[in-house]
Amino acid sequence: MSTTTTSDSRSREKAPAGERVADWADGRLGIYSLAKANMRKIFPDHWSFMLGEVCLYSFIIIILTGVYLTLFFHPSMNEVQYNGSYVPLQGQLMSEAFNSTMHISFDVRGGLLIRQIHHWAALVFLAGMFVHMMRVFFTGAFRKPREVNWVFGFLLFVLGMFTGFTGYSLPDDLLSGTGVRFMEGAILSVPIVGTYLSFFLFGGEFPGGDFVARFYSVHILLLPGIMLGLVVGHLILVFYHKHTQFAGPGKTNNNVVGMPLLPVYMAKAGGFFFLVFGVVAAISAVAQINPIWAIGPYRPDQVSTGAQPDWYMGFSEGLIRVMPGWEVNLWGHTLVLGVFIPLVIFPLVLVAIAVYPFLESWVTGDKREHHILDRPRNVPTRTAFGAAWISWYFVLLVGGGNDIWATHFHLSINSITWFVRIAFFIVPVLVFIATKRICLGLQRRDRDKVLHGRESGIIKRLPHGEFIEVHEPLSQDGLHTLTAHEQYMPAEIGPMVDENGVERKVPGTQRLRAKFSKGFYGEGNQIPKPTVEEYKEITSGHGHH
Amino acid sequence: MSSQEIPEENVPAERATDEHGRAVAVADETNPFADPGLPPHEHRVQDIDERAAKRSERMVAMLFTLSMLATVAFIASYVAIPNDKSIFVFPIGHINALNFALGLTLGVALFSIGAGAVHWARTLMSDMEIADERHPIEAEPEVKAKVLADFKQGAKESALGRRKLIRNTMFGALALFPLSGVMLLRDLGPLPGTKLRHTLWSKGKLLVNVNTNEPLRPADVAVGSLTFAMPEGLEEHDEDFQKEIAKSALMIVRLQPDNIKDKQELEWSYNGIVAYSKICTHVGCPISLYEQQTHHALCPCHQSTFDLSDGARVIFGPAGHPLPQLRIGVNDEGYLEALGDFEVPVGPAFWERG
Repeated sequence: MSTTTTSDSRSREKAPAGERVADWADGRLGIYSLAKANMRKIFPDHWSFMLGEVCLYSFIIIILTGVYLTLFFHPSMNEVQYNGSYVPLQGQLMSEAFNSTMHISFDVRGGLLIRQIHHWAALVFLAGMFVHMMRVFFTGAFRKPREVNWVFGFLLFVLGMFTGFTGYSLPDDLLSGTGVRFMEGAILSVPIVGTYLSFFLFGGEFPGGDFVARFYSVHILLLPGIMLGLVVGHLILVFYHKHTQFAGPGKTNNNVVGMPLLPVYMAKAGGFFFLVFGVVAAISAVAQINPIWAIGPYRPDQVSTGAQPDWYMGFSEGLIRVMPGWEVNLWGHTLVLGVFIPLVIFPLVLVAIAVYPFLESWVTGDKREHHILDRPRNVPTRTAFGAAWISWYFVLLVGGGNDIWATHFHLSINSITWFVRIAFFIVPVLVFIATKRICLGLQRRDRDKVLHGRESGIIKRLPHGEFIEVHEPLSQDGLHTLTAHEQYMPAEIGPMVDENGVERKVPGTQRLRAKFSKGFYGEGNQIPKPTVEEYKEITSGHGHH
Repeated sequence: MSSQEIPEENVPAERATDEHGRAVAVADETNPFADPGLPPHEHRVQDIDERAAKRSERMVAMLFTLSMLATVAFIASYVAIPNDKSIFVFPIGHINALNFALGLTLGVALFSIGAGAVHWARTLMSDMEIADERHPIEAEPEVKAKVLADFKQGAKESALGRRKLIRNTMFGALALFPLSGVMLLRDLGPLPGTKLRHTLWSKGKLLVNVNTNEPLRPADVAVGSLTFAMPEGLEEHDEDFQKEIAKSALMIVRLQPDNIKDKQELEWSYNGIVAYSKICTHVGCPISLYEQQTHHALCPCHQSTFDLSDGARVIFGPAGHPLPQLRIGVNDEGYLEALGDFEVPVGPAFWERG
């Protein structure tokens, strides 16, 4: 017994220090089993996979800089007189929130830089999430088993919007105060409970003396806390599901091809954090953002022209700007449709893209796991839907900036508003049709490439005088990559009458599903990929041309 | 959702795989489209040429050194550059020197670390692609059966299904206790009551110019000008100044009495001087743009446009009703005064507005 102990401890003494620390941790945390599964985990390489990393890193930058800002920021609306070093505002009355933001910007060395990094990183975070979400959408990475992670990501985007809004409202400057007033007006429009909600949120009448302190706890604790949980969940699921990959030689639905976490992705992804941070810091060195000293403290009876929210709130601004001012007054009550309808459409715009994956899985009835990404062209209806949604979003962004468009392009604000009102309904339809046609065209091109080879650009004259372009047959890799995608058949309801002539009952949902399925995968909605028989017939016959 | 009604045959078949779950690579006569398998690894120049590898090493080390230098420069800038110094940087213009120096040095320090690490990974670490197997996320049927059996056992042992009294009272208790939390939110704010219907304006209150803080006489308001006013007695130092100015801010313009189309507007004006609420009836922005030729007032936030010569009727934009007008006159000393509060609530519409 004792001898075993001594020999045991002797072997432990021999082990290097790092190993002994790892042993200690393993005995308590089980790190070896964890590392076994993850240390050499394989990550596939594609430029679009770094978009999510941009989001993660900007989120970390926001937390780091945000903690720094809390050391100096006073979330209070008490009125104080400005005595700081920015001369034009000296002697002005302002809230402590504004005053402390001035202090950060002018009297804390590097404070302005951290403020600007915080704000720029927030814009990058939201933009990154938007583009990352589109990458996942257009490549079908949301399919089983990743639907829950899609929802996590969507929630992060929505919460990020509100964290951004509550954040840029904190300095209590004239611009953000106008945004808060807009929000209050929107809340007032809610039938029956609107005034109560507004009074509870603002601690009485607008603006009151409470909202900065309340937004502060929401901005630095409640929302980021939830987001941090979702980010961790998102990452755990990415690890658990393993990363998706594009089709290609050696890449199947049952493997993941790429390079290991240790060392390649440790270096690449870890290094990428510094790249993102470095770029955001450099932007913050040269590009001013939210110069509150030029805007001034908030007063409800003052406003500046060209007031714009941060970009990610722009589409809701567009909704409120282009909506006709409908108001229904009945039985002593007012239904403020002109504000309430935009308030209802605002979440629906976002929900439209969030529920699409569930619609698609219902239409396909596909219960299998998908780890191979789609090329957008190979799923024309999905791609067209996504493009239509983006165009819808951007139409609303134009509406949100109608005054900027008017002044920069010397257009009539009334015509821009009317353009957006009509485009809201028309543009997504046009974009849907155009995108679908482009996808089908690209599918035809792929088909031609597989069957007839690549156009080499070399013109050859045949002995009898005819000119032909030499087509270069694709390599085996190329052939495989362009034909690896699956094509669904449209779901058929089948005969409505059974063999005995009795009418079969088909639920409405199934008929709807069949209709959708036809629209997704029916004739004319995808180009049949070339078959081996077709390929052989063409290649074996009369040479390539 | 049951998909029994429609056969699942629209789902394409799984691709052929071998017993290890790898795609069967049969790149032969029979199937030219088959997966040829991972392409052979191609060596980079650094893999073959030690001199190239040395160059990469020096590059990475240089980047890391650059980062160190940049951090030193950051500290030096922090100490050396005064906070209020501004410098001219082409093409941005005059910017704060300290912010510029700190941002750039921090940016270079961080970016160089990142660039060094990525360059190291790309040129010196193995770039051999490795295939890892995937396993289905779903549990094996035996595992599932075991879990379901365990759950049944646990549920049975809890006797929750059998002892209905416990179950019902427990659900009752769990459903009720969050009400305490809801109750606690009650004091977030007072009830609205009729607060949104009243402002500081009342009969006899003078109209005070917001900029000069002097009471206004009719002669101070020229035709075509736009003047902002607040009620006398409201001071910027007052505790609820923000709340009160949010409701009582006034916009005063002078029109030719002949140009006033609305009968009530004319009655409530004084010698063509009309006073309207400055707060937009859309979502409450202060209206601040006035076009004297057309008598249009425009809200800069969402572009609601009101015709001040016609009862502040909405002629464009998302606002739903006209701006409330304040009835004004002149007192014995010749100052403009209010003849009462607004007849209708100012600002955005709400459910109780009616």
